[in-house]
Amino acid sequence: MASSNSLMDSLFQRSLEDLIKGLRLGESTFISRSLEEIRREIKLTDLSTKSVALQKLSYLAALHGVDMAWAAFHAVEVVSSSRFAHKRIGYHAIAQSFSDQTPVMLLITNQLRKDLNSSNEHEVSLALECLARIGTDDLARDLTSEVFTLLGSSKALVRKKAIGVVLRVFDKYPDAVKVCFKRLVENLESSDPQLLSAVVGVFCELTAKDPRSYLPLAPEFYKILVDSRNNWVLIKVLKIFAKLASIEPRLAKKVADPVCEHMRKQNVGKSLLFECIRTVFSSLSDQETALKLAVAKIREFLVDDDPNLKYLGLHALSIVAGKHLWAVLENKEAVVKAMSDEDPNVKLEALHLLMAMVNEDNVTEISRILMNYALKSDPLFCNEIIGSILVACSRDSYEIIVDFDWYVSLLGEMARVPHCQRGKEIEHQLIDIGTRVKDARLELVRVSRALLIDPALLGNQFLHPILSAAAWASGEYVEFSKSPYEIAEALLQPRTCLLPDSIRAIYIHSAFKVLVFSLGAYFSAQEPTSPPLAQESTSSGHSVVNGFTYNSISSLVNMIELGLCSLSGTIDVEVQERAKNVLGFIGMIKHEIAEKATSQNSETEAHRAIAFMEDVFSEELGPVSSTAQEKVPLPEGLELNENLEGLQEICREVLEPMAESDYSSDKVSFSVAKLRIRDQEEASSSLPPPLESSSLLAEHRKRHGLYYLSSQKSEDHNDREGNDNNTSNEYPPANEISVDSFKPKKKISKPRPVVVKLDEGDEPKRKPDASSSNDESLSRAIQTALMGKGKGKEKEKERVKENHEMNVDTENIEQSSRREKKNKKNGERSSKRSSRRQRGKEASVTKPVEVPDLLL
Amino acid sequence: MIKAVMMMNTQGKPRLAKFYDFLPVEKQQELIRGVFSVLSSRPENVSNFLEIDSLFGPDSRLVYKHYATLYFVLVFDGSENELAMLDLIQVLVETLDKCFSNVCELDIVFNYSKMHTVLDEIVFGGQVLETRSDEIMKAVEEISKLEAASNSISLVPKSVSGWRGGR
Repeated sequence: MASSNSLMDSLFQRSLEDLIKGLRLGESTFISRSLEEIRREIKLTDLSTKSVALQKLSYLAALHGVDMAWAAFHAVEVVSSSRFAHKRIGYHAIAQSFSDQTPVMLLITNQLRKDLNSSNEHEVSLALECLARIGTDDLARDLTSEVFTLLGSSKALVRKKAIGVVLRVFDKYPDAVKVCFKRLVENLESSDPQLLSAVVGVFCELTAKDPRSYLPLAPEFYKILVDSRNNWVLIKVLKIFAKLASIEPRLAKKVADPVCEHMRKQNVGKSLLFECIRTVFSSLSDQETALKLAVAKIREFLVDDDPNLKYLGLHALSIVAGKHLWAVLENKEAVVKAMSDEDPNVKLEALHLLMAMVNEDNVTEISRILMNYALKSDPLFCNEIIGSILVACSRDSYEIIVDFDWYVSLLGEMARVPHCQRGKEIEHQLIDIGTRVKDARLELVRVSRALLIDPALLGNQFLHPILSAAAWASGEYVEFSKSPYEIAEALLQPRTCLLPDSIRAIYIHSAFKVLVFSLGAYFSAQEPTSPPLAQESTSSGHSVVNGFTYNSISSLVNMIELGLCSLSGTIDVEVQERAKNVLGFIGMIKHEIAEKATSQNSETEAHRAIAFMEDVFSEELGPVSSTAQEKVPLPEGLELNENLEGLQEICREVLEPMAESDYSSDKVSFSVAKLRIRDQEEASSSLPPPLESSSLLAEHRKRHGLYYLSSQKSEDHNDREGNDNNTSNEYPPANEISVDSFKPKKKISKPRPVVVKLDEGDEPKRKPDASSSNDESLSRAIQTALMGKGKGKEKEKERVKENHEMNVDTENIEQSSRREKKNKKNGERSSKRSSRRQRGKEASVTKPVEVPDLLL
Repeated sequence: MIKAVMMMNTQGKPRLAKFYDFLPVEKQQELIRGVFSVLSSRPENVSNFLEIDSLFGPDSRLVYKHYATLYFVLVFDGSENELAMLDLIQVLVETLDKCFSNVCELDIVFNYSKMHTVLDEIVFGGQVLETRSDEIMKAVEEISKLEAASNSISLVPKSVSGWRGGR
């Protein structure tokens, strides 16, 4: 069609229909060709051609993502046409594509004004719609008076739309309130339900942003609530009251009755019923009759076959679950049934409700049920379940957990769920529990061992974080393990090559800890008195002191050596370094093991080395508050910005990849990879001179700077003592909770273990959002307008008093300024004052007064 | 407030898209694609509501209805009642039915301009304006008459389809 009529094409313009037909035949090239045509056509002076071109462009922009901002000026041209069809196309294009950044925005003001004053109601509609969608501050300011006129129009269609546009005008130009508010409020008394619906719609939006300012209008809204029969109107009024009643509890009492009336009606629309229930649940939940009625009605929703009603019913229940759990418990069967519904939304809501019901007594039971569901569900829901269990159990430092052994084994079980993708959170909790709950460490080590031994888990990348936690726990609390040899073997098995290098490094380090522990046990077993060992074996039934014979220890050492030999040549520097460190250590003490069997000399080099290493690992690591980093005081004389820019230049390529890693900088969470590992040299040898190693250290600190608890000074080692002091401050065992949560229950056999908590809390504090200045000025304008109405004598008296005060204040201010300024024109000034006072009094009666900020 | 109205077919082609907050065109297309990917994975006989905070910001909800080959989608926030929005889709479809008698997707494809006329009488700047389909039809008819009247001034048709004696 297109190719055969090239002559026709050049003479005649393609209309929108032609464009659509052409697009259906073949797309991408057609779009670019059409765009060229449009660009040509739109520049012609003939308005009809221009408008068709604009129409085509609008179509392409909306449905095919073509940019049309360049045609803004042409849209203004089209809109100026006298023909209605052109105006439609022009306004449509403007409403669709103009924004605050459009430069030609100023040009449409006059056209809008003309059209707003038109006698044709549809032209007025077009202009109003345009203003409602793209109105800027300037447009709103310039067209306020036109809007004011239209608010009183006799044509219902125009009036409705004028009411609708008021929302945008108020938002952009708060001073418009002075002009238009009165008429807006008058419409609240209209008998036309459509008009009323428009007005309450506007108030619903306004109240949502700033409820307090609209409290004085509550009586009008109440009247509508009681009288109206139109569902749309009632729904909006209910939403308004939901917001108002939550800040003004006395209102809740008053409104409860009409709301109940509506709920009790026969054949009440489901939408209205739902809104009533939602209002009761969110803001009137203190009103007993209303609450009971609402809960009874929501049950109807829950048992309905319609999935929409079921979903909405569950959703509404979750609103009230916080304060009135009994409502949820009453409907427990419906909730549990909904867990196996085919609708994903319904399942999710049911899950949230179940989690709301969780407490100390039933956490094991509910977790059991949920884990069964998780195993049977699709991956998405499975992870939702696991996620919500993790969140609920870890809230407030594991408040609802009494039996930590059970919880730790549950965490291990989660790792074995096929679809589990919550590795990071599980890792975090395993380590967190390890550091906080001493009594759970035995179980932790047991679970970790099971996870480490299993070679199949190494292949699943989602489980790597969990394995990393298991490795760390096995190393840190190796004293609880039954067979350190097994642990070391598991940590160095060949399949660990599947792990990412960072986790591999942790594995090696844990193997090192196991080695040190075993050696320490072996060597001190030879001696009658062994003070360091007494610190080590904290748990009574698990001392492996006597378990190490010469054969077993040498096989352990050999196995570790063999396992690490292959790694001494890996590409990753951290893995290589750690492997070499351990191998070096082994090399240092290996020959002594054989000798140990014979000699009793405790002063050998190996002995000292092992004693040092035990010392390194003997300090207990505790939980770190997330605000700890901020609390570190800057040492005197530290210039943080001094030479770091220089480093930035040099290290840019090195630093950039680091910046992309996903460590969150605002939370110093206790993840294994961020542990500060002290180098062996630091522990056992004297401090090296600053100059040589400072650059390396600086490098290291730069790369891992986030994770260093000390300050960022790169060359000063003198504050190492200061560091230690800081370190010891940040692991306070000071705030252990007392064991008062022990309640006598049939099922619990042992008391809840002690959980270390921190003073400052563990969550980073969130800063409140700053409200915009436009919102504030709107609130002020509304409050002024409502006070200026002067309803009731009290308000009058209040205001007159305020005016008096204001006048007195201005008088005082004036007096003081007069004293300061020594003005000769006294007569003039006093006359000004008195006239101002008079004007002030008049204003209080006729127009709303501009009350200054100090008095509001 | 209503944030967006969309109509798209079961292959994801948008037939109508109107956003009541300004968004650049690429973002609009992104949102359309996002909504489609969520809708296409919904099974039958489930609820018609979705939370789509990830696409439209906090407190955003979506209601959709599947009619033959089309999805009708309304995106709104907490100031609208969910079931009322579902009713609104019903009103829209009924009005289209009156407009085109047994409306099908092709009608919507070829009457882009009229679709917007209808929609503009139902939703105004994000607020619900009119819910009675008779009233909406009245306004739409008046507008169409005005348009036709203003266009009939030219005697020589200026478009290819006009020349061919098309619609």
